[in-house]
Amino acid sequence: MRNLIKEFTKGIIKENPTFVLALGLCPTLAVSVSVANAIGMGIAATFVLLGSSLIISLVRDFIPEKIRIPCYIVIIATFVTIAELCMKAYSPALDRSLGIYVPLIVVNCIVLGRAEAFACKNNIARSFFDGLGMGVGFTLALILISAIREFLGSGQILGYALVKGFEPIFVFGMPSGALLVIGLLLGLFNLLKGRKV
Amino acid sequence: MLNNLIVSGSPHIHKPESISRIMWTVVISLIPAGIAGVIIFGWGALWLTLAAVAAAVLTELIFSIWTKKKITVLDGSAVITGILLAFNLPSGVPLWLPIVGAVFSIAIGKQVFGGLGQNIFNPALVGRVFLMASWPRYMTTFTRPFSYDAVTSATPLAMLKEGKILEHISYLDLFLGKHGGCIGEVCILAILIGAAILLIKGYISWHIPVIYIFTTAVFTYIFGSGKLFGGDWLFHILSGGLILGAFFMATDYVATPLTAKGQLIFGFGCGLLTAVIRIWGGYPEGASYAILMMNAATPFIDRYTRNRIYGTK
Repeated sequence: MRNLIKEFTKGIIKENPTFVLALGLCPTLAVSVSVANAIGMGIAATFVLLGSSLIISLVRDFIPEKIRIPCYIVIIATFVTIAELCMKAYSPALDRSLGIYVPLIVVNCIVLGRAEAFACKNNIARSFFDGLGMGVGFTLALILISAIREFLGSGQILGYALVKGFEPIFVFGMPSGALLVIGLLLGLFNLLKGRKV
Repeated sequence: MLNNLIVSGSPHIHKPESISRIMWTVVISLIPAGIAGVIIFGWGALWLTLAAVAAAVLTELIFSIWTKKKITVLDGSAVITGILLAFNLPSGVPLWLPIVGAVFSIAIGKQVFGGLGQNIFNPALVGRVFLMASWPRYMTTFTRPFSYDAVTSATPLAMLKEGKILEHISYLDLFLGKHGGCIGEVCILAILIGAAILLIKGYISWHIPVIYIFTTAVFTYIFGSGKLFGGDWLFHILSGGLILGAFFMATDYVATPLTAKGQLIFGFGCGLLTAVIRIWGGYPEGASYAILMMNAATPFIDRYTRNRIYGTK
C-alpha cells in the first residue's frame, strides 16, 4: 500500500510531468490562458491517463513488442474519444474554448510516455496510481500556470476580478507569456530542488 | 614584485579600456539625446529616464546579491539599459511604466541568461517589446513636441502608415526632432553627436550602423511608395527609432556578431527587416523588432563568419 501511495505522489512534485519531466508542453502552452480551461484540460487528460494506463497494463502481455505503439495509440484514442464526446455533450462552452487540444490528447507525450515507461512494465494497481498521480500533477501544474497567466494577463481568476485598478499585462495572455511563465516556473522548480542544470 | 605581473595568454597588448570605462562613455554619449528629449518634451522625459535608470540599477544590484555574483552595478551597463529603455518610450507614459520595463529588461532580458556578456538579446529592447505587447495603449500615445502637456500627436511613421499627408513636416523638423515620437529617438542631431563620440573613441565600428541605415534607405527607396524606385528614403531614415537603434542598440557588444563580415550581414538583416516591417508590416515602426530578430540570428552568423586562422586554408 505504501508503494502505491508513492506511485501516486511522485507525479505531483518529484516527477511532475510539466515541471520536471517537461512533457506535454504544447497543450500546457496552448490552454493555460484561463483557469477554467486548465481545469477542463486537466480532468480530460487525467481521465485518459487513468483509462489508458489501466487497459495497457491489463493487456501488456498480449501486445507484440513490435507493434506496441500503434496498440497504445488505439487504446488512448478510445479514451480520448470518450472524453471528447462527454465534453461536447455536457460542457459545449469548454469544448469550444479548448478546441483542437482535446483530440490532441491522443498524441500528448505524458499519456504515451507513461504507457511506454510505466504501464507496460507494471501491474494494474501500480499503473492506476501512476496514471492518477501524473494526471493530478499535470492538472495542478496547468492550474498554477493558468492562474498566474490569467491574473497577470487579465486581472482576473476564474472570471472574478481580484485587484481594483490593476492594469492587465496583456503579454501574459499571449503565447509568449506562456513561454515566459513556464520557463520561470521550471527555473523555480530546479531552484527549490537544488538541482544544477 | 612578482605580484604585479599578470600571467595570461596572448594577446599581451594593454590598453586602459575596461568594461566600465566603455559603458560610462556610452552613458555620456547618450546625454545629448536626453537633453534634446527634455527640451522637446519637458521635464517629464527626465523623470521617466531617471526612474528607468534607478529601477534597472536596483534590479541589477538585487540580482547580484541574490546570486552571490560580483556586484556589477558600477560598470554602467544597467544604467545604459535604463536610459535606452526610457529613450524608447513616449514622454506621456505613467511613471510606473519605465520602472516595470526596466525591471523586466534587467531580470528577464539580462540576468536570467547569466548577466552582462551572456544575454542573447539587447536588454533594453526586450523591455520595450514587453511594454509594447503589454500596454500598447500607453506605448502608442505620443505627446506633441513643445506642448508640455497631454496634447497627443501621431509619429510621422504612424501618419505615413495611415496614409495622411505629411507636408507640414520638413526634413529639418525631422532632423531636429520637432515631431511626435519617443523621448530619445526624435532629435537625430543629438544622437549623431553621441554616436560621433563613440566612433571617434573607437568603441563602436561603423559597419553595423552604416550598413543598417544604408540598407533601410535602399529598400524604402525601391518599395516605399506605390511605384518602384519612388520611396522617400530620407524621410524613412530621419523618422522613427532607426538612427538611435542603429548607433546605440544594434551595436551592443554582447548580442551582435564579432567579425566585420558578420557585422555587415547583421546590419543588412536589420535594415531589410526594418524596411519590411515599415512598408508591409502591421506596426508603423520596426527598428526594435528588426534588431531583436537579428540578435537571435547572431550565434548563427558568428558560426559562418569565423575568421580564417592564420596559416590554414
